[in-house]
Amino acid sequence: MELFATIFAMTYQFGDAFAFLVISCAGLAVIFGMMGIINLAHGEFIMCGAYVTAASARAGLPLPLAILCGALVAGIVGMAIERTVVRHLYHRPLDSIIATWGISLIATQGVLIVLGSTMQGIGTPLGSITVGDRSYSAYRLVLMAAAIGLLVGLYLLFYHTRFGVIARATIQRPQMARALGVDTRRIYGLTFGLGAALAGLAGGLYAPTMTMVPTMGSTFIVESFVTVVVGGADIFVGAAPAAAILAVIKASLTAWYGQLFGQIGLLVAVIIVIRVLPGGLSAWLKRSKQ
Amino acid sequence: MPEVSGSFLDDTPVEQRSRAAIWLSRLEGPQTMGRGPVFWAVVVLAVLGAAIYPQFTNPFAVGNTAYFMVWTFMAMGLGVVWGYTGALSFGQTAFFGVAGYAYGILTINVGAAFGFTWVALIISVALAGLIALLIGYFMFYGRIRGVFIGIVTLSVTLVFETFMAQTAGPQWRVGDARLNGFNGMSGMPPLTIPWFGGDILLYPGIGLYYTLLAMVVLCYLGLRMLLNAPFGNVLVAIRENPERAEMLGYDIRLYQMLAFGLGGALAGLSGALYTAWGQYITPSSMGLTAAALPIVWVAVGGRRDITATLLGTLAVLYAFQTLTIYGSQYALIVMGALLVFTVLVTPDGLIATAMERIGRLFGKTRR
Repeated sequence: MELFATIFAMTYQFGDAFAFLVISCAGLAVIFGMMGIINLAHGEFIMCGAYVTAASARAGLPLPLAILCGALVAGIVGMAIERTVVRHLYHRPLDSIIATWGISLIATQGVLIVLGSTMQGIGTPLGSITVGDRSYSAYRLVLMAAAIGLLVGLYLLFYHTRFGVIARATIQRPQMARALGVDTRRIYGLTFGLGAALAGLAGGLYAPTMTMVPTMGSTFIVESFVTVVVGGADIFVGAAPAAAILAVIKASLTAWYGQLFGQIGLLVAVIIVIRVLPGGLSAWLKRSKQ
Repeated sequence: MPEVSGSFLDDTPVEQRSRAAIWLSRLEGPQTMGRGPVFWAVVVLAVLGAAIYPQFTNPFAVGNTAYFMVWTFMAMGLGVVWGYTGALSFGQTAFFGVAGYAYGILTINVGAAFGFTWVALIISVALAGLIALLIGYFMFYGRIRGVFIGIVTLSVTLVFETFMAQTAGPQWRVGDARLNGFNGMSGMPPLTIPWFGGDILLYPGIGLYYTLLAMVVLCYLGLRMLLNAPFGNVLVAIRENPERAEMLGYDIRLYQMLAFGLGGALAGLSGALYTAWGQYITPSSMGLTAAALPIVWVAVGGRRDITATLLGTLAVLYAFQTLTIYGSQYALIVMGALLVFTVLVTPDGLIATAMERIGRLFGKTRR
């Protein structure tokens, strides 16, 4: 029984880190992997989703609906930003980093001015379960399931729907897709909106576990960047295994040396991976498969 | 160069000139805006104006302007790395922090006697430059390029920040210098000039102001000469088209690494001077917000011209501080809006575009 409890504790730690990495990086991975744009406002889309979720949950909406609301609003905001700013910068990737960073500054500070330095959050639902002599939050288990559900859902979307086929075609050969009659600008806009909506979903899912502050996006941003860079352009063969590997690194370093060393371990991992595998895990896996 | 006759510098053929004359002639060239008597008259007037400025204002404003000048080295270094070489580095603050902490550790342990603060300054700048060379070797010889340079450099500076932030315990000390975690290190001596009958302490004030002014002018002129030298031309060639530069026979990895090292050393100079200016340094000077500030200065000023970078940095710093005084909460919003506006409307930078316009007005000062 003691052995089982220990194994469960370790799996729980790992699953928690894995879920956090997958959920927080999905939106960034879609935007970077599909469009090559590094979106430094990613954290602010997450914050937007979290705020909307918290507000609508306290207005009486059931939590799952509130989370969907958060994702939807973040997606719409994302599409608006794509239309006004990002659209002009597809040929200037470095400038797009700077512009999205400017947007993130405006968003963080704007929310601080309008809504104040903190907002009343919502409690973590579902209580806790006890294994051995420790208790664990049941909601975190839901988050792990949500991470896997998210990956499956994205796989179905990109490989088994018409939108997915067109989007992948647009990404791989934009000129060819345009020649075949695809409105590539619309596809770029929708893809950016999807990435923003996924970020909003991340915010909504983690809203019950966090304090609502305007800078809450920055807790996600480092982890999600690390995962996307280690993973490379493809979400399924890249970001998912990257999240698994990084989750092991983070969970074990955090358990042995503390939170800060968990973070340092992640950052060192990303530096080494970029040096050894410039295309990330996905490029390496694809190459060794051929 | 068809327009050489417009210059007041001598136009004897290159082969007949001495080394010094060649370097001096590189004050003007294709990689920097501004040439001819009008431009240099404006430069001399600006320096003279800066020199008599302390006579007309209060000591606080003088110390404050000195504070602005501290940052210009880091901005000019980023201008070389990003604007001229084309590698967007988010990690200049890592070298800033390394040099800042190095200055603190050295001076707290050895003291300020016999002008040692200057030795400490040089050692910390060299250390920052060396670490930058090392990271540059790692990146450029590993063929990392584009946005990934930004991510590696950002990771480096965040690693430094996270590491320094957890050094709160008493076991984290180097000699007499406690690192103090989040609260940062303080209590190091300011820059000191050994002088007969007592050292001159350069606290924020007139003395430090003139020292920094001289350093800024020297650094600016030095960079102008370097950027118009063959070295600078190769950097620009790499920015415009790395493959072409390589096909022409240049080892672009070496040039990028050297430029990155130079940028790191200049960031380190800012860091050590900052620590000497305020007698403290904290890990948050390497954090995400701090790391992005140099990018704002350089992007808004104009990254592809060292003059625009220098003027833009001073202008943005001044504007930001004024905004902070009158409405601190809106300062960051204005900053963000300025950034988005610059990228969308004047991608070459506000100051650079304005200088280009003024140059066209006079006809002669065009590059």
